[in-house]
Amino acid sequence: MPAYHTLRRHADRTDAVQPRLDLVVIGNGMAGLRVIEDLLELAPERYNVTVFGAEPQASYNRIMLSPVLAGDKTFDEIQSRDRAWYAQHGIALYTGESVVDIDRRRRMVISDSGREVPYDRLVLATGSTAFVIPVPGHDLDGVISFRAIGDVERMVEASARGGRAAVIGGGLLGLEAAYGLHRRGMEVTVVHLQSQLMERQLDATAAALLQHSLAQRGLSFRMGAETAAIVSDGAGRVAGLRFKDDDASTLDVDLVVMAVGIRPNIELARSAGLHCDKGIVVNDTMQTFDPRIYAVGECVEHRKAVYGLVAPLWDQARVCANHLAWRGHSQYGGSVTATQLKVTGIDMYSAGDFAEDEHTETLTFSDIRRGVYKRIVLRDGCIAGVVLYGDTADGSWYFKHMRAGTDVSWFRDALIFGRAFVDTDDHVEPNREAA
Amino acid sequence: MTGQTTRTTCPYCGVGCGVAASVDDAGTVAVTGDEGHPSNRGRLCSKGTALADTVGLADRLLHPRVDGHRADWNSALDRVAGGFAEIIAEHGPDAVAFYVSGQLLTEDYYVANKLMKGYIGSANIDTNSRLCMSSAVAGHKRAFGEDAVPGCYDDLEIADLVVLVGSNLAWCHPVVYQRLMAAREPDPKKTLVVIDPRRTATADSADLHLPIAPGSDVALFNGLLAYLAGQGITSELPGADAAIEAAQRMGDAASVAQAVGVDIDDLAKFFTWFAATERAVTVFSQGVNQSSAGTDKVNAIINCHLLTDRIGKPGACPFSITGQPNAMGGREVGGLASTLAAHMGFDRADTVQRFWGSPTIARKPGLKAVELFEAIEAGRIKAIWIMATNPVVSLPDADRARRALAACPLVVVSDVMRHTDTVDCADVLLPAAAWAEKSGTVTNSERMISRQRAFLPLPGEARADWRIISEVARRMGFGDDFAYESAADIFREHAALTAFENNGERVLDLGALASITDAEYETLSPIRWPLSSPEAMRAAGAMPARADADRLFTDDAYPHADGRAHLVPVAPRGPANRPSTSRPLALNTGRVRDHWHTMTRTAKSERLAAHIAEPFVEIHPEDAQTHAIVDGRLATVTTDWGQVTMRAVVTDRQRQGSLFAPIHWNRQFASAARVGAAANPAVCPIAGEPEFKHTPASIAPYEAVWYGFVYAARPLRMQAQPGIDHWTRVPGARFNRYEIAGIDRPGDWTDRVGRWLSVEGRDVDWLDASDPASGLYRAAHIDGGTLEAAVFIAPTPERLPDRSWLAGLFTGEPMQEAERMAVLAGRPADASADTGPLVCSCFGVGRKTIRRAIEAEGLDSVEAVGRAVEAGTNCGSCKPEIAEILAEASKD
Repeated sequence: MPAYHTLRRHADRTDAVQPRLDLVVIGNGMAGLRVIEDLLELAPERYNVTVFGAEPQASYNRIMLSPVLAGDKTFDEIQSRDRAWYAQHGIALYTGESVVDIDRRRRMVISDSGREVPYDRLVLATGSTAFVIPVPGHDLDGVISFRAIGDVERMVEASARGGRAAVIGGGLLGLEAAYGLHRRGMEVTVVHLQSQLMERQLDATAAALLQHSLAQRGLSFRMGAETAAIVSDGAGRVAGLRFKDDDASTLDVDLVVMAVGIRPNIELARSAGLHCDKGIVVNDTMQTFDPRIYAVGECVEHRKAVYGLVAPLWDQARVCANHLAWRGHSQYGGSVTATQLKVTGIDMYSAGDFAEDEHTETLTFSDIRRGVYKRIVLRDGCIAGVVLYGDTADGSWYFKHMRAGTDVSWFRDALIFGRAFVDTDDHVEPNREAA
Repeated sequence: MTGQTTRTTCPYCGVGCGVAASVDDAGTVAVTGDEGHPSNRGRLCSKGTALADTVGLADRLLHPRVDGHRADWNSALDRVAGGFAEIIAEHGPDAVAFYVSGQLLTEDYYVANKLMKGYIGSANIDTNSRLCMSSAVAGHKRAFGEDAVPGCYDDLEIADLVVLVGSNLAWCHPVVYQRLMAAREPDPKKTLVVIDPRRTATADSADLHLPIAPGSDVALFNGLLAYLAGQGITSELPGADAAIEAAQRMGDAASVAQAVGVDIDDLAKFFTWFAATERAVTVFSQGVNQSSAGTDKVNAIINCHLLTDRIGKPGACPFSITGQPNAMGGREVGGLASTLAAHMGFDRADTVQRFWGSPTIARKPGLKAVELFEAIEAGRIKAIWIMATNPVVSLPDADRARRALAACPLVVVSDVMRHTDTVDCADVLLPAAAWAEKSGTVTNSERMISRQRAFLPLPGEARADWRIISEVARRMGFGDDFAYESAADIFREHAALTAFENNGERVLDLGALASITDAEYETLSPIRWPLSSPEAMRAAGAMPARADADRLFTDDAYPHADGRAHLVPVAPRGPANRPSTSRPLALNTGRVRDHWHTMTRTAKSERLAAHIAEPFVEIHPEDAQTHAIVDGRLATVTTDWGQVTMRAVVTDRQRQGSLFAPIHWNRQFASAARVGAAANPAVCPIAGEPEFKHTPASIAPYEAVWYGFVYAARPLRMQAQPGIDHWTRVPGARFNRYEIAGIDRPGDWTDRVGRWLSVEGRDVDWLDASDPASGLYRAAHIDGGTLEAAVFIAPTPERLPDRSWLAGLFTGEPMQEAERMAVLAGRPADASADTGPLVCSCFGVGRKTIRRAIEAEGLDSVEAVGRAVEAGTNCGSCKPEIAEILAEASKD
């Protein structure tokens, strides 16, 4: 371990040639990496940075796993920073190495290989884990989550043998997994507890269009189906599913992908005595209850909200980096989120909250022949939620106004038709990607 | 008939422009102005320019129909002749009537008049000209002894002062207006005064606009007469002293200004200008004529010209300008209940009977239009033959006309259209020739006789009106006297009658044409009467022959028995029905620029229909506030006679206390916009002309909870559509547009709209957008890739998209994917493709195009706009609107 970690710990921060502080980032996923990238822009000389990543790869764009699974992209194409980049910026990168303990008194992190690294500032970006329904058989061989590149590799491998797959969960990730497996030659059935797909992101009409479109592509659906058990072939491998319905019907499959949600990874933080609830609780400057320790990404709970999408993570990373750079003027107020389905030929966009109540008003557009459907939910004259199906070109434009809280009353009548039909002078694309 | 150009005459207003029509090998008709015609010298207005659009056979009546079924000509004519003969036999000749039209050619008119007055033996033949210029006829007769317009259009160009009274010349006689404007252009001392309660497009060009109180014309011109007398001007003419004395009862200028409701300085300016300008022409039109004091108004005007001796001189005369293409021809043949024939009254019955050699002759005036329909309703008239006119729309108290026709035992209608409000009341329908198929003559407002020549073949079984009438005459036993072979035969007889036993007593003398050959008639160039034969000229002691027919009364000799002109003492008299607390406003009616009468022709032209797409009621902003009327929304105007619902236009062009609504719309085009139904049936006691310009009325918002419009490639049967309480049809080339509104909001718009378009429950290519909280709904039906219909609903009209762009989507071509969203958006995605509402009909230039050109190129004059985008450079009738857009642009 380099000696300067301790030597420079108490350096004078006001000195023109400031000694570097030690920053440790736990988690080399998208959030952790983004904090470092933002920080390098703001204050490249401030810290000596150490990064721990539990996965063996340097870093990759997790939201692009679905195209990799579908064969639309290769892993190389979704790699974001290679090891050379880390080296070039003087960042110590430890991959395949998990941090097992944080010694807050000594301000030291300890990895599973026993490595101890001191920190002046610590960023927790531990992400989340796919939730596995604890049904009998959930631990059988051939039951896979869809979370990491390793999961993708296992699915690709399984699909090489052909056969049938069940994807439990008709949400965003589940459908992308199902589509990917289908593209890889498997016969895929989506098993979904609700009667409509993506109920958190879509309304019934859009969900029906989506299901119709996916069915046309060859996917099968078991809607309103609850899995009672995953059935074994007797040799510890998956053989099928059994459902909780009147006749305990079954579905024979060779592979089960669980895509029913995620759980923030908070064990490390909790064991370090940091306050956690659903996630690691942070304030508007992304600090945990220990002000030296920040947390960003899917492991975080901010103002009661836990996010599973990439856009909030960008917002959080920016605020976090800002503080780490001692700029100190940026605050995170929570994110409005947008979703796009990464299935070739299916354009779907969902953002915000489109549940209706007595304070909401709904605009719709439907052109069923062309497979286009749009729904905008307004609350107090502002866009609260958007569902776009078939034509998502204006998704980011709606999203921009939703985030900005624009009072859209004055162009409400044209709103549903999109930006091309509204005479606003700002046609600036918001600099956001959606997951 | 293809491949050659036919010189003929425009069928619209009384200007009587010459047009050149050609048909190419593909059958495409082109119509341009005839540069050889002296009245227009090649100019045309927007309506004339669009004539080729209107000659198609869509909705034409092509076969006779009897009792709702197609019939052959024989049985239809037998039914007419038999029906009339039977009723005459039983109830006498006064139990039947003809109601004819200023749209008939002189020859048609002559034959109809001859049959009724000389063979049936009644004078119950009146005409829709009664509705527009009979006050001028009566005023002329009182002043001159004969109905004759003294001047010609050149006089307006020569005059140093032109006074337009009750004339929106820019819209109603655009070519004369353009000639006047062109004459003023190089000569700033030429002055234009417009006297009109409304600030019309014409008033915008005036040096002085006097927005007088409705019906106060007599007070104004009496005031002028008194002022002129006060300047020491005297006259020896009969009636001069009495007229001046009557005029002086108006009091001083201040009392006149008060009575007339204008600023005293403006009034003084007018009086001074008139007194000081020798070359002065006073043009008057329906604003004067359509009044219960119409004849007195005409004489009040003529009095001022007679006192100052401004008549019969270049650039000096009173000038009645008529509304119809052949109102003058009708007056010449005497096709009115109040004259006998050829400018002869019933005192000359023997003369006329002698000429015709007819078995009988009408010896007393017949029933004038309004009385005629009263008599039908009362059952005194049992058979009516209506030709080329639409009285169920155009008469005042028009619902009575409909009731009357419903009750009448025999209603015969000769028309060119399969459906009009009047045609729909007929027992016998006779298909008449339309403009492009007719041959004969017409006379315009300056006594110019022009040939109207056919350039298209008669379609279906249609026949010329004179042939139809002659056939009926033959079947009634008068065949020998109606054995006409051609229109020329009739014209020669008509010309001969004007000269018959004339002896210079009547100005109307076409004696020189009485022996015109068929070939001469065919090639006859426009020619102004009088046209006495050389013999007649020599014989005319009291009225020496004139080499030049341009002006009458150049020698101060008049047809009155005493050979002199008469001033007529007149006293101001307000409208017959006065506003009251329950009917506090005065409803005025009139024409719009690009429509004609009951729209049977102009509605066939998309560009004409686009200028003013909908019926409207204009109201002053103060009145609008009082009566809770909002611009662009619907308003219901109620009178003691009827009710109309129209789009409100709130504008200070309208005088406070007055409303204005157009006359054109009817049941074929709108649910409740037939303004004749609301007009009071008060008439001028002398002329019998109805008081269309003044009906006491109230106005209230129409309580629509939604407004909308439908574009449909196929016509919808609006009368039968559920939930549409108000509608107007705006015809287009490839679609119909329906402006609609309702007083109840349906639960499910998709279902409701689907029923309108007859697609409910069917799996069709359908797209829609809805915002229920706002009450917005839009839908489109696409069939085979092409747009079939589009529907737009909103809680207020302001929230509906611009119509003009949508019209262009009905191309019959498959729609592009990207256009589908645009259909419901109601606008193109690319803002620069949107041209806005049509301003220039001739070149199809929209308001937004003009506005953009003004802004982009810094244009600062109407001419500059014309150079840039062509707008206003053809007929020029949109120039006032372009000026308005310029003014607007400079303000913004």
